[in-house]
Amino acid sequence: MSTEVKAKKRSIKLTLPEDEIMCPGHLACQGCGATIAMRYALKALGPKTITAIPACCWAVIDGPFPYSAASIPVYHCAFETAASTASGISHGLSSLGKTDVTTLAWAGDGGTFDIGIQALSGAAERGDNMIYVVYDNEAYMNTGIQRSSSTPHGAWTTTTPVKHYKKGPKKNIMEIMVAHHIPYCATANIAFPEDFVKKLQKAKTMKGMKFIHLYAPCPTGWKHPPRNTVKIARLATETNVFPIYEVENGVYKINKRIKTPKPVSEYLKLQGRFRHLTADVIDFIQQGVNDRLTRIEKLEQAFGANSQDSPTS
Amino acid sequence: MKKVLTGNFAAAYGATAAKVNVISAYPITPQTTIVEILSEIVADGELNAEFVKVESEHSALACCIGAQATGARTFTATSSQGLALMHELIHWAARARLPIIMVNVNRAMAPGWSIWADATDSISQRDTGWIQMYCENNQEVFDTVLMSYKISESESVMLPALINLDAFFLSHTSQVVDLYNEARIDQFLSKYDPKIKLDVDDPHAFGALTSPEHYYEFSYKMHEAQINAIRVIKEVGQEFGKIFGRTYDLTESYRCDDAELILVSYGTIAGTAKEAVDQMRNSGIVVGVLKIRYFRPFPTEDVIKALHPAKKVGVIDRAVSYGQSGPFFNEIRSTLYHESTPLYGFIAGLGGRDVSTHDIENMVDIMQNDPAQDLIWIGVKNVD
Repeated sequence: MSTEVKAKKRSIKLTLPEDEIMCPGHLACQGCGATIAMRYALKALGPKTITAIPACCWAVIDGPFPYSAASIPVYHCAFETAASTASGISHGLSSLGKTDVTTLAWAGDGGTFDIGIQALSGAAERGDNMIYVVYDNEAYMNTGIQRSSSTPHGAWTTTTPVKHYKKGPKKNIMEIMVAHHIPYCATANIAFPEDFVKKLQKAKTMKGMKFIHLYAPCPTGWKHPPRNTVKIARLATETNVFPIYEVENGVYKINKRIKTPKPVSEYLKLQGRFRHLTADVIDFIQQGVNDRLTRIEKLEQAFGANSQDSPTS
Repeated sequence: MKKVLTGNFAAAYGATAAKVNVISAYPITPQTTIVEILSEIVADGELNAEFVKVESEHSALACCIGAQATGARTFTATSSQGLALMHELIHWAARARLPIIMVNVNRAMAPGWSIWADATDSISQRDTGWIQMYCENNQEVFDTVLMSYKISESESVMLPALINLDAFFLSHTSQVVDLYNEARIDQFLSKYDPKIKLDVDDPHAFGALTSPEHYYEFSYKMHEAQINAIRVIKEVGQEFGKIFGRTYDLTESYRCDDAELILVSYGTIAGTAKEAVDQMRNSGIVVGVLKIRYFRPFPTEDVIKALHPAKKVGVIDRAVSYGQSGPFFNEIRSTLYHESTPLYGFIAGLGGRDVSTHDIENMVDIMQNDPAQDLIWIGVKNVD
């Protein structure tokens, strides 16, 4: 009787598309968050998608010439040109009357927060029609773990060695993109695929620049066992290190409200890149996490669906 | 239909005549009027194209790359610093075998800031794999933009082309240009329909990680395509002549057949040299001009043939390869390696300094009286 109930409980309705558009046989490291990310992204967007991929882990993951793991057209482009190449793809398709194809720019944090930010800003301001996903693993992982402007305070990288760990917070790319008044900005996390897929599907129905900041752990660079990728990703949101929210036409909405947040130490202690941190630095990080969440909550209060003020745009 | 047009308008009308699908460009003096007129033409619906007004030249070329890869015909234009900013993507477009057409208004590189004519900007893109040509007048600008689509999109070529015109001497100087009628243009240039493109029904990965096992052959095939372009440029130049009455080749010989002295040059200096040659011929000096239209592919055989009658050859460069000599001079010297013709390498007109018929007579005087020299600076003043 009890097993029957359990079995019944287990038969949860599958909310993710069953199609596997991404093939096995890719070149990612074990436990790569960016690979999980693409698998879900292609499930969400379907085969009528063309992607522009700049220099980043995915330039390698997809496979060497003449192979490709993605099963959709992939345009490998220069490091700083994910957005500008995608602008060209999007305008090229529309100039030829092909309006049923989604253009996806798919770049890492280095290619987005740093070298590609000018092209991204330009494409966003113009309202070029694309979905831009930054899969954020918080450093230049493809070149061997160098700090980027997305590397968080306290992290070890090969250019921020232990004695001189990264000082200062990571760049707030979401607020930068919100400031462009684009129709849709959202954070997502590979540990919450239903939310990520739903957001991509929503973005697909909208015109203009849609931006998704996707959290994607890197076992190689973060120094954690491959089996902990999803666990660490989930903890990032459960500790509010990486809150899940969206800004649709200027309206803020926190999609995952954490009732009893876990302390950041639980998230930090699973990763070798934070192993050197002392209690006072961990306190400082906790304070930063609290402050950033408060800021998002205040923005939601001020510019959420239930707020008195109408959103600015 | 004949119109009085600047070189920049001729370039813009050339792109319009080619019915490009996507234009992406960024303003820079003295190219800006190309962008201005094209935005007006597109906004007025005279050309059914999308104009992507990007935030830099780098994005302009990246955008053309993305659009061309979908099977759209694209156009961009720039100058000097803008061309230099594009450099990474200039390589990219050629290695991706995308027949993008770009007009470059030859302008000097900074510092000091200079907006005037100098070919150093385009010469610096020599080894990128682009077809590279230089225009003498505005009719040639219009004709070459149109012809370039046919040349670059040829299945045996599939390489982008850079069309150069001198800052102000052409970009902002008005001349009579015959724009032809649409029916004849359609007869000449068919729709762009590449065999391989970004297509969801036939998915491929483009430009993936390439091992030494394959990269070498890609480079070989690019060179092969450049060599194929020599034949295609000639064929298209002939066909163009049949339809429009003006035939083009990789070089143009002016009064060279019996010439004892031949001056080699490109761009507007070639035009001035023709005028100087007429004047000198009247005074009994038997001189001619070989205008080089295409720097890449370099027309080696044609140059050897054209320069064969000359007892002496002088090359006029509006650019310098620092620590060596004039870039076109280097090409000519290499081409004539097996000949014993004395060669004179003249540098003139850098940063837009005027090169007059008098300067050219001066060069011929040096060729008549002085021993051959690789590097002769014409008109250098106040140098310690």
